[in-house]
Amino acid sequence: MGLFFAGPIIYSVFIGFTNKALTGAGALHPKWVGLANYKELFSDPLFIHSLELTLIFVVGSAIIGQNTLGFLIALVERGKNSVVTATLNAVIISAWVMPELVAGFCWYAYLYQGGTLDIFLHHLGLSEDWLYTTPMLAVVIANVWRGTAFSMLVYSAGLSEVPTDLLECAKVDGAGQIAMLRRVIIPLLRRSIVTNLMLITLQTLGDFVLIFTMTAGGPGEASQTTPLYIYQQALQLYDISYGTAISIVLLIIGALFSLVYIKLIKVEDQL
Amino acid sequence: MSALSATNTLRPDAQAPAESAAVTGGRFHITSPRATMAKVSAYGVLALVAVFFITPLLWLVLASLEPRAEVGSGAPLVLSFSNFAKILNWSETFLPLINSAIQSGATAAITVVVSLFAAYPLSRYQMRFRRPFLYVVLFTTGLPLTAVLVPVYGAFARFDLIDNVPAVIVFMTATSLPFGIWLMKGFMDGVPLDLEQAAWVDGASWVDSLRRIVAPLMMPGIAFIAIFTFAVQWGNFYVPFILLSSNNKLPASVAVYQFFSEEGGIEFGQLAAFSVIYTLPIVGLWLVLSRFLRGQFSFSGAVKG
Repeated sequence: MGLFFAGPIIYSVFIGFTNKALTGAGALHPKWVGLANYKELFSDPLFIHSLELTLIFVVGSAIIGQNTLGFLIALVERGKNSVVTATLNAVIISAWVMPELVAGFCWYAYLYQGGTLDIFLHHLGLSEDWLYTTPMLAVVIANVWRGTAFSMLVYSAGLSEVPTDLLECAKVDGAGQIAMLRRVIIPLLRRSIVTNLMLITLQTLGDFVLIFTMTAGGPGEASQTTPLYIYQQALQLYDISYGTAISIVLLIIGALFSLVYIKLIKVEDQL
Repeated sequence: MSALSATNTLRPDAQAPAESAAVTGGRFHITSPRATMAKVSAYGVLALVAVFFITPLLWLVLASLEPRAEVGSGAPLVLSFSNFAKILNWSETFLPLINSAIQSGATAAITVVVSLFAAYPLSRYQMRFRRPFLYVVLFTTGLPLTAVLVPVYGAFARFDLIDNVPAVIVFMTATSLPFGIWLMKGFMDGVPLDLEQAAWVDGASWVDSLRRIVAPLMMPGIAFIAIFTFAVQWGNFYVPFILLSSNNKLPASVAVYQFFSEEGGIEFGQLAAFSVIYTLPIVGLWLVLSRFLRGQFSFSGAVKG
């Protein structure tokens, strides 16, 4: 594990400082170029753009979308055990367990011009290639669709551990539904919320397949998040060292999130 | 329900017992005269969510059964299995599925064995480096895999390992291990130490007690880790896409691309049929697992750490 995980990271820190490429002069004899890759990186408008898109993708689809929707479904379904909720859960969970590629393909076929949604809207006199006009919205919605099950499962596990007598007490004291949610349920679920937010953030940060299948980062660079930009630079334009430098930046962002998460868990453990 | 609510409004004193009954029943919010409204709106929300989630899935199934792949075009649906008949052959479907099964299966098996042995000391002994090690494990769980893959590609190319299936399996195992160890430790903490101590008194070594006592007791946890790892790798597209190149070694996740023809057209019907065949085993495995576990216990291992 150390060899295969730490090895590449150390190796990549090293090649991030060289001009290694898969073709051309850099391929045979990579030269030490110091911080040149990183200097180039932070003045590269496409890179900055990709970071902004990644932020939109993470905040929109994970933190707002999956997290809120998962919580709401878990809350509404709490205590209900019917055919309706069981079927709904099965559908939501199959969207999550199906291979990401298939999920991306489903949404591609659903949204492209001439696709299912387009045909339906056509009857209303609308025609739109959603993947072309609103690519970010399309991938955000698709990712909410794909990933909500995880948040839902975490929250329904958390909610099932909220003691009912506590809610009963709150009720007796005259707490309304909103107050109960804010003062009792959410504080009790703190740990589930932190865990869920961190895990889905990290998962979404590195997401590649869904966007790659749906828009491939396009049109132009309109949905090119950082993982797609890395892929383009390193494996399509064969600039391994530049791609690696971007990877390192993404790794550092992920590492920072991981550290915050560990810190929060530590604080909880000491309580 | 509405009759009951009406009675409650008329006789406020009757509300209290009804309320506590509702609370102990786990429905803390459906107690007021607005109960019917609340119930209707709750089911309304669920129905909307259901529509949102089911439409793309429905499309996939219909498209796989529609020989002309023009679902929703207004033409009457013709359902047949011709798409399936076209793709069910060795090179398009069976070989990629077998490759997927071998690669994900090997990864899951190695991950379970290694994380079992790695989790044991973490769960059982108080060691000096236990906490730091656990934090490192948790930390690596969070790193975006996409960011590691470019340097890994560089390293694989350097050591001539591109297109080497065992090397890819080792790499996939390395990426599944942090989460595997983390979960395994969580499950193992739930097995009481007393049972093991009894075995040690009877002269069992720690390997014996791990194999004969701890592992059987945490079978649900082990099954969860195995199936989870298998499912993740079954769906893994990026790693084999970049590290494998020969057609006969590609798993199903990458082989999907054969339905995107060179002219830019997509064989939607066949692609959908392939997707259905490719997805079913995983959905089936999860169904078996959820029966096996009967509840959300699988997540308590992950959340409690």
